[in-house]
Amino acid sequence: MSTDLGSAEALWVLLLGSLLGLELIGKVPPTLHTPLMSGANAISGVTLLAALALIGAAPSPALRLLGAVALGFALFNVVGGFLVTDRMLAMFKRKESN
Amino acid sequence: MGELTLDLGAVLLLALGLKGLAKIRTARTANGLAALALVLAVAGLLLQQGFDGWPWMLLGLAAGGGVGALLAYRVAMTAMPETVALFNGCGGMSSLLVAIGAAQLPTPLSLIGQISVLASVVVGAITFSGSIVAMGKLQEWLGTPAWTLRPQRHAVNIATALACLACCALVLKGFPLALVPLTILSLLLGVGLTLPVGGADMPVVISLLNSYSGVAAAAAGFVVGSELLIVAGAMVGAAGLILTQVMCTAMNRSLTSVLFGGALGGASASGEGGGSAKDEGYKNVTSCSPEECALTLEAAERVVFVPGYGLAVAQAQHSLKELARLLEQHGIAVSYAIHPVAGRMPGHMNVLLAEADVPYDQLIEMEVINPDFPRTDVVIVLGANDVVNPRAKSDPGSPLYGMPVLEVDQARSVFVVKRSLGSGYAGIRNDLFELPQTSMVFGDAKQVLQGLIQELRALGVGKTALAGAAR
Repeated sequence: MSTDLGSAEALWVLLLGSLLGLELIGKVPPTLHTPLMSGANAISGVTLLAALALIGAAPSPALRLLGAVALGFALFNVVGGFLVTDRMLAMFKRKESN
Repeated sequence: MGELTLDLGAVLLLALGLKGLAKIRTARTANGLAALALVLAVAGLLLQQGFDGWPWMLLGLAAGGGVGALLAYRVAMTAMPETVALFNGCGGMSSLLVAIGAAQLPTPLSLIGQISVLASVVVGAITFSGSIVAMGKLQEWLGTPAWTLRPQRHAVNIATALACLACCALVLKGFPLALVPLTILSLLLGVGLTLPVGGADMPVVISLLNSYSGVAAAAAGFVVGSELLIVAGAMVGAAGLILTQVMCTAMNRSLTSVLFGGALGGASASGEGGGSAKDEGYKNVTSCSPEECALTLEAAERVVFVPGYGLAVAQAQHSLKELARLLEQHGIAVSYAIHPVAGRMPGHMNVLLAEADVPYDQLIEMEVINPDFPRTDVVIVLGANDVVNPRAKSDPGSPLYGMPVLEVDQARSVFVVKRSLGSGYAGIRNDLFELPQTSMVFGDAKQVLQGLIQELRALGVGKTALAGAAR
């Protein structure tokens, strides 16, 4: 767990990441609002990286357990989120395929 | 070097994934790309830090991933809003736990690291408790207690927020134990902010909390020094904000009125002169049987269905699809008018109809179909109410005033399938029911639809085509 990230550099990353996020989603057809929300929600489970880092850096079993619980919550978000989004999107069909 | 490549690849795939999710043709692939991005990110991280503590990692993977997958496959599509809320809350909980854990590590945190821990705890906790309350309200486990609608609630919430700030200051001054009250107060703040919000507005709140969980993840990225996590969290946070804005526009609500205005149809609907459904009985309402409705349908050329959440609750999507197929075989043009907030969250009705194999190009958006209603012979409203209320255009005193509605009152004849003359989700009287061209067909949506199918078959509709196209 390296916390030696240059703080100015990290703030740049934050700024550019936010701008990218603002630009990526402009016009969304209403059909996709629910799947998009669910997909974006799955991505926000990316905090599982932090949980993994905590497990790697933790000196005591108690902290590792805490990390494992955090990892479990994050993976519940990620795995469930992506699968349920896929389940929804798989159902969208055009008329020809009928 | 290897992990840098993986990290860059992950960011690229995440960006492509988010972008692709906004288009129908690419959405499914994009979802897969985003999932792959997270796999790459995990691989990069493990390459960098090694597999120290792998049994714990496996434990978390098996428990969280397993339960998540099980829920994802079993949950009903009608319950999608609350499912997203639950997933989202758990993401927030994860950020909260990581931040608490990071604060216990022997290596001292920099000031930015400490602030990030605090941000992660506060935002993570609000996301968790807020999402759980949202889920409870959507599942109707929780109502909107009257005391939460009093104006004093703002004072309570502001006081809680100030107390959170005080705890943060204490932690920065060197009292790490203040993290305990900070966590509890933040959890309470999440409840206090979400509990007064009405059910119809809940999707906006979930979308906003989804944005928060991105922010919490970015904060956790600062805590553990992961640029990838910062980028991904910031991207989701920003994208979630845009999506929230899009939803607010579709529902004609401002974000502030959702968060601070209380429930739509609560205090505002009954108090004012708009006239609530309870006070005025309906006059001149015509009702008819499925037979009469079937006769009108049989003679129509253009039919539009307006499905609402009531249809999905009655599990009648498949019957609707069957009826639509029958009408199409008879040479009648059939389409579905989808209001932006049909269902329990924007886009929810599209998912529910897709589940019944209705092709998505028959689902027509409100702006596109509204000019077509004057040319439409028959409109059948199924379990929708507020989204077809003409009062939204005509009565400035109505709480619905200004909300864009489907202008079904322009059609030649309108059938409203409904259990009773009760008011809609927002508790507002619907003038549509009293119009001369409107007939009410009372009953459960599924039974009415199956009745219509039987009557049409009895009239000979679909027989010729059925012989031709043996499916």
